[in-house]
Amino acid sequence: METTKSTSTKSKSTITAEFTIAYTQFLDAVGKPTQPLPKFATKPDELIRLYKLMVLTRTFDTKAISLQRTGKLGTYASSLGQEAVAVGVGAAMHADDIFAPAYREYGVQLQRGVKMQDILAFWGGDERGSDFANKHDFPMCVPIASQYLHAAGAAKAMQLQGQSRAVVAVGGDGSTSQGDFYEAVNVSGAWNLPIVFVVCNNQWAISVPLRSQTRCQTLAQKAIAGGIPGEQVDGNDLIAVRNAVANAIEKARNNGGPSLIEAITYRLHDHTTADDAGRYRDESEVKEAWQRDPILRLRNYLKDLKAWSDDQEQELLTTSKQQVDAAVADYLQAKPQPTTAILDYLYESVPEAYQDQYQQLSTTKRSA
Amino acid sequence: MAEITLVEAVNQALAYEMSQDKDVVVLGEDIGVNGGVFRATVDLIDKYGPERVIDTPLAESMIAGLTVGMAAQGLKPVAEFQFMGFIYPGFNQIVCHAARMRNRTRGRLSCPAVFRAPYGGGIHAPEHHSESTEALFAHIPGLRVVIPSTPARAYGLLLAAIREPDPVIFLEPKRIYRFVKQHVPDNGEALPLDRCFVLQEGNDVTLVTWGAMIKETLAAAKQLQAQGVSVEIIDVATVKPLDIETILASVEKTGRCVVVHEAAKTCAVGAEIAAQIAEKGLMDLHAPVQRVTGFDAVMPYFKLEKQYIPDEAKIIAAVQHTLEF
Repeated sequence: METTKSTSTKSKSTITAEFTIAYTQFLDAVGKPTQPLPKFATKPDELIRLYKLMVLTRTFDTKAISLQRTGKLGTYASSLGQEAVAVGVGAAMHADDIFAPAYREYGVQLQRGVKMQDILAFWGGDERGSDFANKHDFPMCVPIASQYLHAAGAAKAMQLQGQSRAVVAVGGDGSTSQGDFYEAVNVSGAWNLPIVFVVCNNQWAISVPLRSQTRCQTLAQKAIAGGIPGEQVDGNDLIAVRNAVANAIEKARNNGGPSLIEAITYRLHDHTTADDAGRYRDESEVKEAWQRDPILRLRNYLKDLKAWSDDQEQELLTTSKQQVDAAVADYLQAKPQPTTAILDYLYESVPEAYQDQYQQLSTTKRSA
Repeated sequence: MAEITLVEAVNQALAYEMSQDKDVVVLGEDIGVNGGVFRATVDLIDKYGPERVIDTPLAESMIAGLTVGMAAQGLKPVAEFQFMGFIYPGFNQIVCHAARMRNRTRGRLSCPAVFRAPYGGGIHAPEHHSESTEALFAHIPGLRVVIPSTPARAYGLLLAAIREPDPVIFLEPKRIYRFVKQHVPDNGEALPLDRCFVLQEGNDVTLVTWGAMIKETLAAAKQLQAQGVSVEIIDVATVKPLDIETILASVEKTGRCVVVHEAAKTCAVGAEIAAQIAEKGLMDLHAPVQRVTGFDAVMPYFKLEKQYIPDEAKIIAAVQHTLEF
């Protein structure tokens, strides 16, 4: 007995694989550079352009919440606090790449032909919200993590067609618990697909905090199991997000294969307007998270550079509000779909078997 | 020209369409070098290469999800699920995405894809390999569910399914994969979807069935004919959307209808057919519609599968019941 015991405790092993996960930040929470900035970020004009997009996203978000509160919008998922992830991803993408979102990446979509009124239509109960100007991007995807597989399929299509394009898929921290996430990461590695997974880790999957979601020290390391590189970035640092995603996209577009980027951020609002985060998280945590606000951070940096003034800020808030108000007016004035729209797009043409139901719809009066 | 089996007809249709349309790709587990566990994709990899005949990792949700993504971006994927009992992990992708990509984007994106799976019992397979759950898919708006019953219909319907701009669940009755051989000219001619096929005309009773149950239904009809009963036989072929008009026209003539399927009875496609006859053809009936089906039970392990699957005697008894009602 003694012998057996000692054999098992003293058996020799060799290390067959090791991994490390890098974390990158360029601007700290108060907007001070922590290291030399990447080239794109050395041009204040470009940073100002992206700063404006973050402010627009937040202005839109604030308005959408108030529309829901006043009965003019359905349930809405806020992107408050996550603007740097979305705007950074959107800025890193090429026009001919494909985006596969979850459902709060407005800052990406607004850079890719999706209008604010489209997003409002989606949350306002109108499918036309996903009939936006971008021809290839996937619509918002509610079943968690299922979009990763669409992204992998799209990436496979690009690969088969010999195109130099990439697909970017975004999901949340909760999505990394889903099988579809692992399956997509795995097949992307196996097939060396041109895809970038961005895990927007906002710390909360509705009421479940990250520590209950996984025992992993990082979500980025989940990429390692699929044989693809994973890294972390400060998701409230627009420069870090854009830099990492742009590098991953360039690699993917040049046959370098997939990557996963975990962007660490914080969900400052409730999960959706139907949620009350006060039931499950301390206000003190939220207050503390506001210290890392991505918009404040970049504004501080631009102000330190003397590239941004209070006057410009005021003007930006005014013009952003005007833009949002115009979109809202458009959304509120949209002509309703005919009732036949229930069947019009189900199949390319209405099958004979459902013609009687189609007729029924065409004579169905709309009620409030 | 050689005669071919149903599974060979599936292969012939895939090969034909891949030769005509470079956007058609096939994907699934063991479909490449191995040619599929039933050999439905045999030799395709030699003809069209591993780029278009794609052996996937072993994950069915992934197969379904990749198919949605590929189809939305210009390809026409034909995905194979090794057995219908393994399609369920892909159900979320099929129901939540394949079936509604066109609808939710108001036609901006769509899902021109085929999801193939061998289905049904009777081949002495292990647990989970003998499912007949076509009704699960027939319930889902946005899908088509197509089931061939002969080599010729497998060829023509699969061609139609691949060319269809919307997703098709194509269920292959593996019990009759190699039951009969037919001349199936490789001429690329599709058969119509959304249409029943009247296999045999008759005046006394309408037998409605699909898939492998065609075998028992034809045998039962033969015995009934010998007894002087004139039987009309309808192969539904596309169980969704349902061509109820063809069935109603037949019932108007015969006044009697027996629906035969292998799937469990409750909420199956037979229930839908019976309900629609009740709604639209009640006054034509001389007797209540009968259903000869599998039991409302888990498909048994194979030692009892013969007792589960309807046989000729049950079909004949149901017909007799309608005649004597």
